[in-house]
Amino acid sequence: MTYTALLYDQTDGVATITLNRPERSNAFDQTMIAEMIDALKTVERDAQVRAVVLTGAGKNFCAGQDLAAALDLYREGARVNFGEHVRQSYNVIIAKIRTIEKPILAAINGAAAGAGLGLACACDLRYAAENAKFRMAFIGIALAPDSATSFFLPRLIGLGRATEMALTNAPLDAPTAQQYGLVHRVFAAEELMPQTRASARQLAHAPTQSIGLTKRAFNRALSADLDTILEYEALLQDIAANTADHREGVRAFIEKRAPEFKGT
Amino acid sequence: MAFEHILVTIEEALGLIQLNRPKVLNALNRAVMTELGQALADLEANDAVRCIVIYGNARAFSAGADIAEMQAATPVDMLRQNWIAQWERLRQLTKPTIAAVSGYCLGGGCELAMACDIIIASESAQFGQPEINLGVIPGAGGTQRLPRALGKSRAMELILTGKFIGAQEALARGLVSRVVPVEVYLEEAKSLAREIAAKAPVAVQFAKECVNKVFELPLGEGLEYERRHFYFLFSTEDQREGMRAFLAKRPAEWKGR
Repeated sequence: MTYTALLYDQTDGVATITLNRPERSNAFDQTMIAEMIDALKTVERDAQVRAVVLTGAGKNFCAGQDLAAALDLYREGARVNFGEHVRQSYNVIIAKIRTIEKPILAAINGAAAGAGLGLACACDLRYAAENAKFRMAFIGIALAPDSATSFFLPRLIGLGRATEMALTNAPLDAPTAQQYGLVHRVFAAEELMPQTRASARQLAHAPTQSIGLTKRAFNRALSADLDTILEYEALLQDIAANTADHREGVRAFIEKRAPEFKGT
Repeated sequence: MAFEHILVTIEEALGLIQLNRPKVLNALNRAVMTELGQALADLEANDAVRCIVIYGNARAFSAGADIAEMQAATPVDMLRQNWIAQWERLRQLTKPTIAAVSGYCLGGGCELAMACDIIIASESAQFGQPEINLGVIPGAGGTQRLPRALGKSRAMELILTGKFIGAQEALARGLVSRVVPVEVYLEEAKSLAREIAAKAPVAVQFAKECVNKVFELPLGEGLEYERRHFYFLFSTEDQREGMRAFLAKRPAEWKGR
């Protein structure tokens, strides 16, 4: 698939997906949604890819749904079927990000709003430029949360802060977002991509299956009881313990050298 | 006997049957069902085998019947071929059967899994009876077994819409007994099978028969059925051995008589 709304780059085991509609603040139209789903499937399948960076072209990360591109949902007199739109677009994208068994880093280079905030929240690591801004946005146009913002935001920053963000629609600046735990690190704008790439390259040399199993465990733990999780961890540990990377890890530990993980 | 569409292996006390048409997501046709029936008869007759595991591959247990084969069939064709009757053979087995399910488990595949005694699912398993979308209905037990597993309302919804449910819902509703990661689902099923295979064989057979009577008999008759089998087991050497071993705090050694 050739992309028109995304840029896709693959270097040194790191795939970088850049949302590329800067004139629309990288808001999602149908093309970008379809391409995003395709790009996520590509990084999932390609064994060469061992880390993923998501970022936006231009001044913004992602402004969420491009309303101007969704006007056909609002035909005169017809019932607006936004639910089906969400099911077929953001639900697929967010679920994919969570279930891809590779580390996914968001490099938030500017505004992240609505589904754009959801996209960032679903990633495994969030690095922000100091000019980045975070906004729920839904209430501004009288919508309800989607893109799992109602799931991840309260878990990341607490119910109280998430509720305030959602109800007041006030933007959070990058330092506050970091203080709240919404982003892991904040960099000067020009430092954001080099730093994110460096982290991604490092993660691309990590034991990828371990990372995948960690994501699986955390996903499950978000909605399971202790007994279930203890048993689940035992099953995952069996899988991890039988990987080549684990054998390499043990060997390197005994030989007192740095391990060379291959992601297998 | 060599089979073309399935792989049969015997691992100590386990009889393993793998549906082996990966290119067509293990679609079930007459040939597969005939081979499956033959393999089940062989394993049932093999005294070394104590438990049977049926599985497909990570992507599909079985996506259902081979539609291409059925498309032009007349009622008389269907009646004459009557390959659905192979399901009856599964029902009449005295040995416990475990379906190890990953990926698609739909239509005839879902019916096959439900005809087994226990279903172990991988996290990617999806269950459904999509026959309605082909202008027919489930024909090998789907309308009868799915409501017994899921309850009427949810089963009716699935059968009337052809929608699928995932492994976690199947677990929550009791259609499957365990959900485990895809990497280990087959090993999990085998290890459960080994555990069952190590129990007293006559007791295992009776226990299976009694549980299955739940779906056939009113409670009073079911309790009666169970009680008679319970009393009968006191005529076996294994009952003596089992209770002696329990009191002596040592593992029992089963004789199967």
